[in-house]
Amino acid sequence: MSEIVSHHAHGISLQRINAMVLRYWYLLMSSWPRLLELIYWPALQIITWGFLQNYISQASGFFARAGGTLIGAVILWDILFRGQLGFSISFLEEMWARNLGNLMMSPLKPIEFLLSLMIMSLIRLAIGVIPMTLLALFFFGFNFYAIGLPLIAFFCNLIFTSWSVGVFASGLVLRNGLGAESIVWTLMFAVMPLACVYYPVEVLPAWLQYVAWALPPTYVFEGMRSLLIDHTLRADLMAWALVINAILFAASFAVFLALLQSAKRNGSLLAGGE
Amino acid sequence: MRLLSQWLNDGHMQQRGTGQAQAPNQPPAADQGGSAAIEVVDLVKVYKTTRAVDDISFRIARGSITGLLGGNGAGKTTTIAMIMGLVLPTSGRVSVLGAKIPEQRYDVLGRMNFESPYVDMPMRLTVRQNLTIFGRLYAVKQLRERIDQLATDLDLTEFLDRSNGKLSAGQKTRVALAKALINEPDLLLLDEPTASLDPDTADWVRQHLETYRKTHNATILLASHNMLEVERLCDRVIIMKRGKIQDDDSPERIMARYNRDTLEEVFLDVARGRLREGAP
Repeated sequence: MSEIVSHHAHGISLQRINAMVLRYWYLLMSSWPRLLELIYWPALQIITWGFLQNYISQASGFFARAGGTLIGAVILWDILFRGQLGFSISFLEEMWARNLGNLMMSPLKPIEFLLSLMIMSLIRLAIGVIPMTLLALFFFGFNFYAIGLPLIAFFCNLIFTSWSVGVFASGLVLRNGLGAESIVWTLMFAVMPLACVYYPVEVLPAWLQYVAWALPPTYVFEGMRSLLIDHTLRADLMAWALVINAILFAASFAVFLALLQSAKRNGSLLAGGE
Repeated sequence: MRLLSQWLNDGHMQQRGTGQAQAPNQPPAADQGGSAAIEVVDLVKVYKTTRAVDDISFRIARGSITGLLGGNGAGKTTTIAMIMGLVLPTSGRVSVLGAKIPEQRYDVLGRMNFESPYVDMPMRLTVRQNLTIFGRLYAVKQLRERIDQLATDLDLTEFLDRSNGKLSAGQKTRVALAKALINEPDLLLLDEPTASLDPDTADWVRQHLETYRKTHNATILLASHNMLEVERLCDRVIIMKRGKIQDDDSPERIMARYNRDTLEEVFLDVARGRLREGAP
């Protein structure tokens, strides 16, 4: 017997992605504390670290010469961290709302769901980080956008890493329920010391440097220091970061799908609790 | 290409085919033809050491309302979840509207919908926003008109711009039902559709479901603890106990077989292990 297949059953549907972005947009606009939180922490970060940079610059000739290294690192770290949070919090909203079953039962495909979370991470990032960069300019005279074209390479590499970590963390929550929620908030901090956000890779013991160079953000932070201190653009670092990001991105998707399948075997999709 | 296909279809390789499984032995009230809305063959689900669903088979005719009855832990929700593709069977086969589940579920998800007490609609969003989002996910044409129609049918017009979290339990159930009907599904899966509702609202919901089935020739499978609801709504009842099918027939014939006046009495007989008339 032949069956009529649903419209838009095959391929990726922009309409469904759009619907999910609209869902998160409605949520964001319905709650001023959610909006405020997006701006509050980045603003607090930049002001604290900015004054610290001012203080150190007065005491150290090196930091006076390497103007903005610390502030630049704070902003780039926030792109990495808030990018992941922006992705993961939108995902957690579905768990908190017990809405995941409705979505999984709808024609929405996992890839469309993940793409909508990526778009939301960009929107949430823009709301948090743009005011942060303006504060850096206003209080400390650091023009983040003066980095110019290399900023695009920095941003793309950091956002891809943040999405990979976000996809992986979301898969863990999907499989293990909200008991695994703390992973979402803390996973990126495990990357922080190894990605050499505030210091060069040479500071690490030799064996740990191999681990550091396996992480794409390390290349970005090294690249930023090279640009701000030596005024040299290291395209090779950006290219390596992109290659590793591509591998991480594909791996995170594969792990997410494996965890989704495991959740279906385990019956945890409808449970969703702890 | 294989990886791309997996990304597009939550890890299942898409397969083509009719999805028709061989018919198992059929009870008298079951679908006998080749146009079953749901076909379940030798379905088993084992969670670690627990056999939640233990080798069940049934076919459900299009346009019918079937009740899945059973106590807590009987396997009703797991069975429905496997029909939806949200839980993977340990073994056995499921096909829905001619598509194999879970492999071909995206071919038919747009023609199905469900309501369950295990899921909620987002609380901060208004009823209209929630219905708009689900309408777009289901690619509903003329969505604004469809939402207005549902609001009228389900008496939701005055709540459309109120957030879901500010509604009463009865109002929330009607919103969940509106979501379940937004795409005018051919197959509706309902898990405890009137749980925690007052008798008046519950009766009202049942009436609406009956009307929907008649006007759309839709198939409805509902899991329920409410025997009166099942008696009133269902053409057929499948009684489950400890993952197995204990009985499967029309409510009238089941009651006659157990020599009982109500399904509630039959339910108690099954739950307490009292044998039906003529059973070995």
